[in-house]
Amino acid sequence: MPTSTPERELDLESPIGGPPLVHSTLPRWAPHITLATAILAGFALFGIGISVGLSAIVVVLLYGVAIYSWSRPVEGARKAKDRVVTAVVTSTFLLALLPLVSVIITVLTRGAARFDITFFTHSMQGVVGAGGGAYHAIVGTLIVTGLAALISVPIGMLTAIYLVEYGKGKLARAITFFVDVMTGIPSIVAGLFAFALFALFFGPGIRLGIMGAIALSVLMIPVVVRSTEEMLKLVPNELREAAYALAVPKWRMIVKVVLPTALAGIATGVTLAIARIIGETAPLLITLGATTGTNFNPFDGRMATLPVFSYYEYVNPGIPPEPSLQRAWTAALVLIIIVMVLNLVARLISRLFAPKTRS
Amino acid sequence: MPSPEPATEPAAEKPAPPRTKVKERPGDRIFSRLSTGAGVLILAVLAGVAAFLLVEAWPAIIAPANEIPGGEGLVLYIWPLLFGTLLSAFFALLIAAPLATSIALFITHYAPRRLSQALGYVIDLLAAIPSIIYGLWGFFVLADATKGPTRWLAEHLGFIPLFAGPPSATGRTMLVAIIVLAVMILPIISAVVREAFRQTPRLHEEASLALGATHWEMIRMAVLPFGRSAIVGASMLGLGRALGETMAVAIVLSVSGGVTFNLISSGNPSTIAANIALQFPESTGIDINALIASGLVLFAVTLAVNMLARAIINRRREFSGAN
Repeated sequence: MPTSTPERELDLESPIGGPPLVHSTLPRWAPHITLATAILAGFALFGIGISVGLSAIVVVLLYGVAIYSWSRPVEGARKAKDRVVTAVVTSTFLLALLPLVSVIITVLTRGAARFDITFFTHSMQGVVGAGGGAYHAIVGTLIVTGLAALISVPIGMLTAIYLVEYGKGKLARAITFFVDVMTGIPSIVAGLFAFALFALFFGPGIRLGIMGAIALSVLMIPVVVRSTEEMLKLVPNELREAAYALAVPKWRMIVKVVLPTALAGIATGVTLAIARIIGETAPLLITLGATTGTNFNPFDGRMATLPVFSYYEYVNPGIPPEPSLQRAWTAALVLIIIVMVLNLVARLISRLFAPKTRS
Repeated sequence: MPSPEPATEPAAEKPAPPRTKVKERPGDRIFSRLSTGAGVLILAVLAGVAAFLLVEAWPAIIAPANEIPGGEGLVLYIWPLLFGTLLSAFFALLIAAPLATSIALFITHYAPRRLSQALGYVIDLLAAIPSIIYGLWGFFVLADATKGPTRWLAEHLGFIPLFAGPPSATGRTMLVAIIVLAVMILPIISAVVREAFRQTPRLHEEASLALGATHWEMIRMAVLPFGRSAIVGASMLGLGRALGETMAVAIVLSVSGGVTFNLISSGNPSTIAANIALQFPESTGIDINALIASGLVLFAVTLAVNMLARAIINRRREFSGAN
């Protein structure tokens, strides 16, 4: 902080013939007070009947202009620009929070209406109009997602083990690359793949739970591979070498040393992968169809799942449409709760069982 | 891969030289084969996706033009859909890429250091929300909210073809689909860019600050050039995701076919993915084959985009100064 005593300022501001050696800065509280004023102005605008969004935009613009025109004469153009950029960058972050908050509030308020016992204990069998529930869809979602995890986790983990412990040369590089590429496969294409696979053998009318599970595992495997691979790479080489020194065969070394060390990270990755696929709608729409009754057998006939249930309740509402739409929103609420809980569990696992050794 | 030892070697024989190769145990062999097999299986699945789609699309490819839905052949059936897909994904990217870069900057270089990780999680939550929920949100909330602004756009900026109007009365426009897509790809782009920004060499940053750069100048001269290829690669990843996004578009967009750049009217081209989701459950026979053919096109486009993206990101990983 430069002092504002005149004699020092005189010294440094105009040394003989050269540019000034100090420059003045705004006081520390300058941004805060400007922001507070801008927000007050925003509230005032909101008070006289201008919409929230427009008021917020005015607040941001007001702050930017004010801080620039205050900073420019005092601190110079470069510092003024810096302050404006800070404001812009911060407001983009707040802008990104807007949809998140809006989505969560919307789902909570609209989904709360039917968030009751009936919703979790009844299926839609024979239900017209109000009532009914998503028991069949919840069961279906759990079965299909469970099956998908059962397929993806072994394949994904073995692939990651190959990449970290065995893989060298072209094959390993190709697998790494295409696993990355596979994470970008559109979910609907995965659904079409499962459909095409089964339609080839069973005809185009086929709809099975296992088809959905296969479609989902196409989406899940690359996620599992990537996260497991990252975790295995974190396992220090000293542990491996210690095991080798004790004449432990490689496969036992992997199973007994590497995997347990990385287990927490792998569990986190798998949980996040499940969270990512449990809300997939499009592939299930194609491969499972929809049904109103509860079906426990993934190898026989159509199954309902939560996302597809929500979709169909929205697309084909009865008359009046309200009960259907309420069910759609409650299904969305249940889905969002499941996803958030899975995310939370994943963070907890990684927090509680963090790798004990770090290189 | 370790080469298997000849099994005839007797195990009890005392080795003459001090170092011999350890005999490969059956457990080792099984395990290494198993893990290699899993890796190869993944490549096979990817090839299988292409192969099975091609097989199921083939009847539509060789079918006479009048049997394809629309009656004008497969190319004219898929073209408007492909146009809608590219249009929506392109504009979504145009919105999301700068925003995501800025958010990544905020998280890595502006937010308090202790908060930075938590803020990253918050943005990641955006990616966790299922697409069907974005669709419902877009339909019930966002579409309503855009009615006023689109009317304003049509009145005052109607001379731009994008906003030619007439504005849709329901709000189920391409513009809403684009915004929803942008929100959905934002966290994906932001996560990759964030990682790159985090790896900016600390010395570069400190050197530019020491030379008297302001915070922004430091970012512009040290951080952004370092992260440039990550930004490009991440944007391509986001583009790939936007191209293939299904449910949100299927729910939000009111479709009438046709090729138009008009973003705010009620007549919009559909996208490939949304069209499949909407038509598939009610389709039979050659219609299904035509839908799968459109899926094959989508697969090819996203595959190309993703491969390019990964190539760009990997290049950065290999040649960046960070390692």
